[in-house]
Amino acid sequence: MHIVDGALSNPVVIAGAVAAAGGIAMGLRHLTLERIPAAGMLSASFFVASLIHVPIGPSSVHLIMNGLAGLVLGWAAFPALFVGLLLQAVFFGFGGLTVLGINAVNIAFPAVLAGLIFGRLASRGTPLAGAIWGGIGGGFAIALTTAMVAASLALSGDEFLPAAQLVFVAHIPIMVIEGVLSGFAILLVRKVKPDLFYAANGATA
Amino acid sequence: MTHVLGQNADHLTRTRFGRLAGAVGALDPRVRILGAVAFGMTVVSLNGLLALGLALAVALGLLGLSHLPLRATLLRMAMVDGFIIVMLVFLPFTMPGDVMFTLWGYPASWQGLWRAVQIALTANAVVLVLMTLVGTLEPVTLGHALHKLRVPETLVHLLMFTIRYIEVLREEYLRLRAAMKVRGFRPGTNWHTYRSIGYLVGMMLVRAIERSERILGAMKCRGFSGRIYLLQEFALTRADAVFASLGLGALAALIWVDLLWR
Repeated sequence: MHIVDGALSNPVVIAGAVAAAGGIAMGLRHLTLERIPAAGMLSASFFVASLIHVPIGPSSVHLIMNGLAGLVLGWAAFPALFVGLLLQAVFFGFGGLTVLGINAVNIAFPAVLAGLIFGRLASRGTPLAGAIWGGIGGGFAIALTTAMVAASLALSGDEFLPAAQLVFVAHIPIMVIEGVLSGFAILLVRKVKPDLFYAANGATA
Repeated sequence: MTHVLGQNADHLTRTRFGRLAGAVGALDPRVRILGAVAFGMTVVSLNGLLALGLALAVALGLLGLSHLPLRATLLRMAMVDGFIIVMLVFLPFTMPGDVMFTLWGYPASWQGLWRAVQIALTANAVVLVLMTLVGTLEPVTLGHALHKLRVPETLVHLLMFTIRYIEVLREEYLRLRAAMKVRGFRPGTNWHTYRSIGYLVGMMLVRAIERSERILGAMKCRGFSGRIYLLQEFALTRADAVFASLGLGALAALIWVDLLWR
């Protein structure tokens, strides 16, 4: 879900850049020296996860897993996901340069929000309950991302509105799959290494 | 995304960038980053198809000066998200204007086609210059140059960590994936697949965190204090001055063309 250069109107691009700068600054404040290795490692993990293709019917989709990133990293997910987008743009030509800000906001803001709302629920209680909340968080984040991408287009011009609506509907199965996968990922983490949440996200400890 | 990288792209980030950069490689990394940013901001503000076409020509010229593999790079440039393709295809039908043709009762407008071509030219020109000027930098050099350009130290650390470990974690992913394959796992649209891949992602997170604990220990042992030590001092040379003035001249010319023929 990378918007490319030239598609959005200037106010949307500028607002996105300002919001991204704010989000990154906020995320960096939560990153102490001790937590940089963990955050960097998870940032790399989510980059690799985005290379995984999951079959869906005759086609396949690649994962985004921003909800999971938010659940595990909290505010630090913002700079972590931004770094991933920067690397994708520079080395693979995905997305664009002037739209880095708005792309980062569209991916990372839902992640952080999912972390703030569902992070505590996913890391407490029985592993199964945590997994279910984690799954809901994962689906929620990708749904919000899709809605925000659609909104950035719709705000840039009425001509994008029909396509934006169509794409949102077409992404509903992806929201379900991302939710299910996030849930299972949380289930495994809760069983294998329950303290991962505290190691990665000092704030919830 | 894997289909773009291809089966034989063994390394995502560890390439022989120095050799790939060609004539561009002699330039100061900071100049290359700022040049790409200036180009992006200028091209996004252009409107006319002539100016945008020229911008893409400039980008292709830069690609020629670098030694990036031509075919693979152009393929990557042209690869865009399915989302954007849907949007561009829909544009002629969703934008009101002079009717070009009618498909199943829906009129397609010239203005819409115009807008779609405009977006496609902008996006490709910017991404191509970004990949040519910045994408050919050694990843570590990119981090150091960003640090010199006053990007916050913590963000640079995060970037360098990510760059360093993407390849390591990707190998780990491929190992886990091979282990699944050996046990007869074949992905399909079913609950078993989603559960297995969910566990796979979870396992990758667990291993990543455990690795980060070992790394933190090793860093503490060596007295890591959060400072970035530069491996090489950057210095502006004559080549940088020439490139900067040529580049600024080209950008000014693009804006001039755009104002004259829109």
